[in-house]
Amino acid sequence: MKLHVDWTACDGRGLCTELLPELLARDPWGYPVARDGTAEPAVAPHLRAHARRAVAQCPLLALRLVAR
Amino acid sequence: MTTSTTVPVRRPRPAPAGTGRLLGAGAPDLRTHLARHGAVPAAGPRLIAEIERSGLTGRGGAAFPAYRKLAAVAAGRRAVVIGNAAEGEPASAKDRTLLTHAPHLVLDGLALAAAAVGARRAYLYLPAALVGPLRAALAERRAARVDPVPVDPVEAPDTFVAGEESAVIARIEGRPALPRDKRVRPTESGAFGAPTLVQNVETLAHLALIARHGADWFRRVGTAAQPGTFLATVSGAVARPGVYEAAYGTPVAGVLDLAGGADQALRAVLVGGYHGAWLAGGQLGAGMDRDALRPLGASPGAGVLVALPWSACGLVETSAILDYLAGQSAGQCGPCLHGLPRLAAEFGLLARRDRHVERLAQRITALAPFLQGRGACHHPDGTVRLAGSALAAFADDVSAHLAGHCVAVGRPVAGRAVVAGWSR
Amino acid sequence: MASALWYAGRGTGLVALVMFTVVVLLGITTRSGRTLPGLPRFAVAALHRNVSLAAVAFLALHMLTLLGDPYAQLRLVDLVVPFQGAYRPLWLGLGTLAADLVLALVVTSLLRRRLGQRAWRAVHWLAYAAWPVALWHALGTGTDSGTAWLRAVAAGCVLAVVAAVIWRAGAGFAETGPARRRTGAVPVRRAEVRVLAATGDPRVPALRSEQHR
Repeated sequence: MKLHVDWTACDGRGLCTELLPELLARDPWGYPVARDGTAEPAVAPHLRAHARRAVAQCPLLALRLVAR
Repeated sequence: MTTSTTVPVRRPRPAPAGTGRLLGAGAPDLRTHLARHGAVPAAGPRLIAEIERSGLTGRGGAAFPAYRKLAAVAAGRRAVVIGNAAEGEPASAKDRTLLTHAPHLVLDGLALAAAAVGARRAYLYLPAALVGPLRAALAERRAARVDPVPVDPVEAPDTFVAGEESAVIARIEGRPALPRDKRVRPTESGAFGAPTLVQNVETLAHLALIARHGADWFRRVGTAAQPGTFLATVSGAVARPGVYEAAYGTPVAGVLDLAGGADQALRAVLVGGYHGAWLAGGQLGAGMDRDALRPLGASPGAGVLVALPWSACGLVETSAILDYLAGQSAGQCGPCLHGLPRLAAEFGLLARRDRHVERLAQRITALAPFLQGRGACHHPDGTVRLAGSALAAFADDVSAHLAGHCVAVGRPVAGRAVVAGWSR
Repeated sequence: MASALWYAGRGTGLVALVMFTVVVLLGITTRSGRTLPGLPRFAVAALHRNVSLAAVAFLALHMLTLLGDPYAQLRLVDLVVPFQGAYRPLWLGLGTLAADLVLALVVTSLLRRRLGQRAWRAVHWLAYAAWPVALWHALGTGTDSGTAWLRAVAAGCVLAVVAAVIWRAGAGFAETGPARRRTGAVPVRRAEVRVLAATGDPRVPALRSEQHR
């Protein structure tokens, strides 16, 4: 399971970086950066609930969980 | 000018020999085209197997195997095919040259692809200036009833990202030509939700020749992994800048020689376009194909070659390209929108020999993780790749610039413009 | 009993107004992408949502208690269709209108993922219409209109919202604003640009490339 960011929708508000600090940091302009350096960070099973919450809370609906 | 054109008797025409396949045998009008190449062969799904045997790869820059896209789209229903001639790359002129000199080869390929995948709609996405001549060519074909599927020309805006696959599909749907977030592959669901084939026009032209002369003929030139010829746009410090056709695997220096060669030793050559990489002057014996260029950090891309003389500064040229690329961001994705101008600004300080900025080279490379993989398209990735390639290829000049001078100073100036010499 | 309902109607109405004022303030803060003391961004957003639901509860109570009050002469239809009331139809109608707008805001927000961002956002802008209509209703209707304490509460609400809207429209609003403005990038589709001849002549110090930013 991976976290996909729709970059055309993301406005770098930063809620996801608060709800998934293990996976995401913020770049100098506020946009989320995957800590593992990948384009779509892998979501470990123990983080799935947090990831779902981040997806639900994103104010721009820019996040999606994809099965890859 | 319309002439009534009857479809010639189906006699097989001799296959083009050598590397003059696309441009050498091109004809702007339908009558000459049919006389030279013969009628469009009947085509169906069997064509896809022939394309697979031929090893045809996409000529738009990504070199994706053409048969895989065809097969994926053919598996769906009510497909759409799009010929992509947007050519947003300023240093490339091959697509418009091909459409000017051999439009019917491209349109044959589009018709054949449409038949092979069972498409009901076909589009040709091209710059505004070419729409008029293309409509004339389409009128000729309509009169001769050559195309079973009608082709709609769609005007492409003159921006760098307009030729990106999802931007093409957006424009065909009537929206702005901007890349979109990738949910499903276009071959599954693209324009109007239909399975969509987007192919560069040069790929379609090769397809039209393979349908007539077969996969074995196609593989006679080129390399095993990248068979056939490609169109190279050569510019910069060469005697005759222009579009030339060469076989894959031809050494870079050999392709430059087609354009009259350089009359002096070259400092570097930009290979693959504005998202490509710099090859140092000593590496020009490498073949123009993916396997030969990969160890050098480069790839043929869309066949762009820009020759840099010793009198020009690679960092200055790269900085100008980075400024342009930053300005060409679609403006949709934060990392690209903000990161590229920052990268261009930092690189600009380096190009201007600003001595007072500490650790400039490290600051530039530190931006890479903020730009790679974070965007709806690969515009930021390609731009970062160019910047990194310049820092490596011109490493001696980086040190010189940080110390306040430039390797190119003192050399005789060979001509005026270099990188942006290809004007429209 | 009737006067108890009347008191309850006025009380819940006032509480609902103050709560919706807080909701507007929290909504603007959410949009700014900033934290509040002790509240990370996701908590600010959650508080905005939760206070709005609580405010809706008080609004519902306000409407139901007044439905039972004989002096208000409310019929069920007056709870949804504005300006049809028997007693003070204009002021009542403003309240109904505000309630209808709030209903749209809440329903679209609960169904945001289904509706998609664009549709949700288009409706959510109506919040800037719903609040003043509710305030206007509060000032004009009911037996407390014109009293000093109601005017004081209303003035407080207005001051807070006006200050927040001025902040919203200003330059320093979004937390990420300053960093993004520094790049000079403008998120609109620019006219296509051309690289001009970047001269290879190193004697020319400046780069000559023109572009829009």
